[in-house]
Amino acid sequence: MLTQKRIALTVITILVLGLLGTSLSVAASSHEDELTGKLEIFSWWAGNEGPALQALIDLYEEKYPNVEVINATVTGGSGVNAKAVLKTRMLGGNPPDSFQVHAGQELIGTWVAAERMEDLTWLYKEEGWMDAFPDELIDLISTEDGIWSVPITIHRSNVMWYVPDNLDKWGVEVPNSWDEFLEIAPELEEKGVTPLALGTNWTVNHLWESVALDVLGPDKWEALWEGELAFNSEEGIAVWEKLDKIMEYVNDDYSSLSWQQATDLVVEGDAAFNVMGDWAAGYKSTVLELEPKEEFGWAASPGTDGVFMLLSDSFGLPKGAPHRENTVAFLKLLGSKEGSDTFNPLKGSISPRLDSDLSKYNVYSQSAAEDFSSDRLVGSLAHGAAANEGFMNDFAEVMEIFLNSRSAERAANAAQAIAKQNDIQ
Amino acid sequence: MQFKSDRIVALLILLPSLILVGIFVYGFIGQTVYVSLTDWGKGAALAENPEMNLIGLKNYGELFSGFLNSRFRQDLVNAVFYTLFLVSGALGIGLILAILLDRGPKGESVFRTIFLYPMSLSFIVTGTIWRWLLAPRGGINRLPTMVGLPAIGFRWLNSRQSILNFNWQNLPQITAIVVGAAFLFIAFRQWRSGLKKKGFLSLIPTLILLLWALWGARFTPEILSTPEQHGFNLATVGIIITAIWQYSGYTMALYLAGLRGISEDLREAARLDGANQFQYYLNVAIPILKPMTMSAIIILAHISLKMFALIFAMTGPDNAETSHPAVLMYLTTFRANNFAKGAAIAVVLFVMVAVFIVPYLISAYRERRA
Repeated sequence: MLTQKRIALTVITILVLGLLGTSLSVAASSHEDELTGKLEIFSWWAGNEGPALQALIDLYEEKYPNVEVINATVTGGSGVNAKAVLKTRMLGGNPPDSFQVHAGQELIGTWVAAERMEDLTWLYKEEGWMDAFPDELIDLISTEDGIWSVPITIHRSNVMWYVPDNLDKWGVEVPNSWDEFLEIAPELEEKGVTPLALGTNWTVNHLWESVALDVLGPDKWEALWEGELAFNSEEGIAVWEKLDKIMEYVNDDYSSLSWQQATDLVVEGDAAFNVMGDWAAGYKSTVLELEPKEEFGWAASPGTDGVFMLLSDSFGLPKGAPHRENTVAFLKLLGSKEGSDTFNPLKGSISPRLDSDLSKYNVYSQSAAEDFSSDRLVGSLAHGAAANEGFMNDFAEVMEIFLNSRSAERAANAAQAIAKQNDIQ
Repeated sequence: MQFKSDRIVALLILLPSLILVGIFVYGFIGQTVYVSLTDWGKGAALAENPEMNLIGLKNYGELFSGFLNSRFRQDLVNAVFYTLFLVSGALGIGLILAILLDRGPKGESVFRTIFLYPMSLSFIVTGTIWRWLLAPRGGINRLPTMVGLPAIGFRWLNSRQSILNFNWQNLPQITAIVVGAAFLFIAFRQWRSGLKKKGFLSLIPTLILLLWALWGARFTPEILSTPEQHGFNLATVGIIITAIWQYSGYTMALYLAGLRGISEDLREAARLDGANQFQYYLNVAIPILKPMTMSAIIILAHISLKMFALIFAMTGPDNAETSHPAVLMYLTTFRANNFAKGAAIAVVLFVMVAVFIVPYLISAYRERRA
């Protein structure tokens, strides 16, 4: 009797709880359907990244048909103009609902330090994102006081590109360290091939970070940004010395070439290798219509196998966002598997989530995703992760000092001076 | 009485624009000067109420003598050369074109339109077109190959060569010698026009400046701790060519209007006196064109200080070889978040423009009164 009663009670409880649950979820979903008004998304995704953003917006509008999405895009390579417009808007007290920002110091050093962002820890807990993203990535967008943005893309900085058939023809192999590269470079030059294709100034910064990762290794690379290793220490100078030797083997018109033109040199067989972020894979397969692995190959940049130097685009919730509810819904979409796997295959990046559906991605991205889940992750300097914007800007001048003087010591001293000036210590 | 109420009405009508100009022009100039005297840009520069402390002229000191700001100094040197070459190039070519058209060739109006046309383009458009033309592996460098000659190897926009180098440490002496020479010239002119006493007085600053430059400077501290070479970067040649291409049509139009305004009598008189065409232009027409030259110089000089768009389109933000203080100001302010130093660069640029504009305005004002 008693047991029967108990069973009945349990059944009733379960039923009631279930009903409550469904009604709750119904309430939640109907509540989300009710989202109205506008949502302004600020980014620098135009050109071939535009369709990816549009796909994401379409997905959002499908879910929340009553919200009018304003796509506020300001074009310009790696956001040079967008960031300026954003800063004037923020200073003028007119923030967009959400804006694109590189994960890392570009977010922390500029916006979090200025107390312009809302802490998103609650959202991470609610959505179970703490385990969905790798810890190193969450560290990059967190301070002691909270988590400040939602990552949507992952790109890899330390990749070396080549054409497999050409390497066979010239009889060289992909170098495993920059020293190996320096050994084979004279051979290539004798054959009339530029050993390393390089582009405009920022791509030299990009090369620098790959060289530094080889010379210093991931631990000391991170120590550099903690201020524990001086830029003008012996190792710090060694990075510049190595770069100086490598620069002997680049195309001498580099500073007038875009990164795409530098990539073209490799594709056309004028140059053997090129170090560029993995957006180059998108350029090669989409624009040049080359077959990955067959017509172009890749490897971690020399000496950095097992380390994934990443940069990540993320979106945060600025304080005073005019349509906060809509923004939160947008951020939920960004962090979801569905949103991530809609956006990234189109942009040519990989998902920051560890559970993404790899069948949606191309051959290159699949290999990158594999590395992403197993490699040691570190932040990139050239793309806003490792150092604050003040340092990044000044580093362009350090590079200029180096390119003009080609003195490793002067460059290292200047780098140390700007680190001090920008509070990296 | 009538006169007074007239004035009040005039003042009332002017008041709205006076207030607007006062706030939006002079108010903001004042604000920029104020910001340039602070340290806005450390840490949380973009906070709602950023921390700002007055630090006096430190930003300016760093710009002109700080170890890390050598790019600013090179930019300043670049700006001087941009101005020099744009003004002289556009004036020279504009004058030649105007004289050629003044001779009334066939299809004059067609040529006039063609020459004037570049001015109607924006700097961004011109910059993009010329960037392609001046690309190291294409455009102009490939022209000779069409007639079988080897391609030109010159790097129009990214040569790392630099000529006319000088040591920035010597800048005070160089300035003193230049200013001293200017005073000497004034003294000479005054002396020649009979003002001997005034001429002697003008000689005094010359002597002081030259003496200091040649001897006294040894006892004043160096402005930089290490020698630093700055000079004329050959990479700016491409940009200078582009700017001259765009603006020589404009000076041509100015000069042509001037030449057409010269009365036929003068030309006849010159001819009767036995002057040939060359002598006519050299001794009669060009002196009459002096007011045109003056306004062209003012306009070109201040355009040369606003070349931001052209440089940004042709060589981008980080090509320090061709950079200009305006580009650096943009990067320092909006990329590095260093608002105070950006404002200091803005003030330096403002002063440079004022150096050209203010004397012009004063003389124009005086002329009108007379």
